[in-house]
Amino acid sequence: MKSETLGKLAEYAKAREAHARVVRISDGSETVIFDEHENGNLNAPSTIIEAAKEAIRQDNSALITDGEERYFIHVHNPPRRMAVIGAVHITQPLTQMASLAGFDVTVIDPRGAFATAERFPGVTMMDDWPDDAMSKIAPDSRTAVVTLSHDPKIDDPALAAALHSKAFYIGALGGRKSHGKRLDRLRELGFDDQTLKRINGPVGLDLGGRAPAEIACAILAEAIQHLYKGSKL
Amino acid sequence: MPADTSELKGEIGPAESDEIIAKAMSWREQGKGVAVATVVSTWGSSPRGIGSQLVVNSDGSFLGSVSGGCIEGAVITEALDAISDGKPRLLDFGVSDTQAWEVGLTCGGKVEVFVERVGE
Repeated sequence: MKSETLGKLAEYAKAREAHARVVRISDGSETVIFDEHENGNLNAPSTIIEAAKEAIRQDNSALITDGEERYFIHVHNPPRRMAVIGAVHITQPLTQMASLAGFDVTVIDPRGAFATAERFPGVTMMDDWPDDAMSKIAPDSRTAVVTLSHDPKIDDPALAAALHSKAFYIGALGGRKSHGKRLDRLRELGFDDQTLKRINGPVGLDLGGRAPAEIACAILAEAIQHLYKGSKL
Repeated sequence: MPADTSELKGEIGPAESDEIIAKAMSWREQGKGVAVATVVSTWGSSPRGIGSQLVVNSDGSFLGSVSGGCIEGAVITEALDAISDGKPRLLDFGVSDTQAWEVGLTCGGKVEVFVERVGE
């Protein structure tokens, strides 16, 4: 492993970018892959590079064989995060379930009375306005953003910030009618229909449940589905 | 199987990838020889998953782990050899290792560890 490789790995980790190092077992030649960038002396077949990209998406390091050669794909992903806007009833089971599933969860609600530590033990709480909170959180490709407050003053700025980010999942609570109105408001802010398709609303997989914990389960399930299968379902 | 580890200074335990990279960089900056060992495949149950790493320097100091402590001695010995000759190596620890059974490996599986020198 070259010193420059260490530098690249540290740089991508610091920037919280999902990346992978691919090394050929026979001679130790290597490359670090991030998006379409490759940094290294490994002239690997394109099948290996594609496998590395898929491995990054699946968050799954693997030893693979191509002809006579073996390659190790070492995936480095930052921790998954979930920003939940609105400290409402559904938020309680959602934060618990998401924590169990390995998400680093932050709850944002500027209404101080809602976002109290007693209601959300073990969760990071922010009582900033969502635009400030979202710029601090800086959602990346390993972040899910879920709005639950039902209050456009709180939800809309968070959704706008999420749409400007690479968040892998964006969900917004609300029935079809209120989702339609929400999309109208966001169109007025300049978002086109293609961009607005990134918002999952009504939120969650259609499991049929109505109880807060059941809705939370549907939301988390949808977020996990996006994480592993992408949004092109 | 275990090499003489009495001269080694370190703590076997899980370390995040960030810590391994930072340690490798700081040792290189201090002018020490450095090697990294990485679990690249496992079969059956094994205490540390694929991607787990151990970083070793030329003084025998180390950080991280590639097993529950059962193969680290052998891996560190190979890492010191890799620092000397610069050649990467793939180590195979399996159930056929009767000595491993005798010392009561918790794994009972198979693990392959890739060892490579860092730097230049």
